[in-house]
Amino acid sequence: MSARLSRPATGFMALALVLAILALDLSRSGAPDLFSAPPAFALGSGAAPEGAHCTGG
Amino acid sequence: MFLQRASVLLIVLGFAAFTFVMAGPRAGLLVLVGLGFGLVLEGLRFGFAGPWRMIVTDRDGRGLLAQLIAIALVAVVAFPLMAGSSGELVPAHAPVGVGMILGAFVFGAAMQLVMGCGSGTLVNAGSGNLVGLIALAGFIGGSFVGTLHLGWWTSLGSLPVLSAQGSFGDMGGLALTLAGLVLVGVVTFLRSAPGKRMPPRRLWIAAALIAVLALANLVIAGQPWGIVYGLGLWGAKIAQAGGADLGATAFWAAEGNAARLAESILTDVTSLTNIGLLIGAFAVMRWRADPGAQTQALTPLSYAAVLAAAVVLGYSARMAFGCNVGAFFSGISTGSLHGWVWLVAAFAGSILGIRMRPVLLRPSLNQGAYA
Repeated sequence: MSARLSRPATGFMALALVLAILALDLSRSGAPDLFSAPPAFALGSGAAPEGAHCTGG
Repeated sequence: MFLQRASVLLIVLGFAAFTFVMAGPRAGLLVLVGLGFGLVLEGLRFGFAGPWRMIVTDRDGRGLLAQLIAIALVAVVAFPLMAGSSGELVPAHAPVGVGMILGAFVFGAAMQLVMGCGSGTLVNAGSGNLVGLIALAGFIGGSFVGTLHLGWWTSLGSLPVLSAQGSFGDMGGLALTLAGLVLVGVVTFLRSAPGKRMPPRRLWIAAALIAVLALANLVIAGQPWGIVYGLGLWGAKIAQAGGADLGATAFWAAEGNAARLAESILTDVTSLTNIGLLIGAFAVMRWRADPGAQTQALTPLSYAAVLAAAVVLGYSARMAFGCNVGAFFSGISTGSLHGWVWLVAAFAGSILGIRMRPVLLRPSLNQGAYA
């Protein structure tokens, strides 16, 4: 931890971390199927949400 | 400066467009909502862990009052929206239990050690805070490991899921929720020192914008704003890539979680807003002419303590059915009893964390502040 890291450099490292996870995921899971993508808004869609939340077990 | 700001716009709009093209309009909109959260949280300095510390150490209740205002604004709209949505919008309800209360208490302590909560960790990392970046890595690992033990923690005993609207009806539940927020607000106001009671204009605007974004999250995703699930999912993806067989675990074998694990994180609601939030905070930092100084350099042992506390932060958030966002903000604003219990337990833990902070986090005497 002796090297001096500026805020921009650290911010870029955070972006790189997230992009690396995203790239790893896309390489394994593949791109989402656009034909099964949900409508833009859940409200008015007539469907129950399928997403997962922190409050779920 | 022009090129720097143009590159910021390119990153922000480029990622939103990428998500829209790759995963559809809902995913693109959720990234925009996340970007909005990042812009507001970092740009207007609206936080959760900091104000909880300030009310204790400085008797400054302005930030906490702004949080309560934002939650109340969301509740006023979310309660009738959910009541009339015939199942399209779901609340953030979870059971109160032994593990949940312990998790909230530990989370409160840990968030003072890593100097950020769930959203704060993402904002800090995105805005170039080194402690935040270390905390983000730990949070991802901890929230994943927490999913592996969640069944054991819930088996220690818990109540059925209890909600304000379930017990008192939609309007009665909203009235009770608002009354609870007013009560906490009055206590905060009375605890605060003169001159540190009324939020400044900046925090009023931030509270209103956070409420609008949280409601947009609800209307678009069909569920309230959350953080922890997405980070735990990222950890699970990394573990799976490393050869872990998560299909053998109770949490990841459950239908909804197995689907999230099998599909791209671009289809996961909380992942999308998390990524947007981090990019939004990054954009604010890069937009400024002066990005500001790095946080105070710490001793190597203190950085190790930050990493350990961040693992605990993520783990305890999973035990507690959410962090300051999923449990406190979204839980209370959609009527969950567990949100209120989370508030009390996490606040008690936060007081402990404030006392532990100077013991565990020691500035490096050799380096001073980072440039």
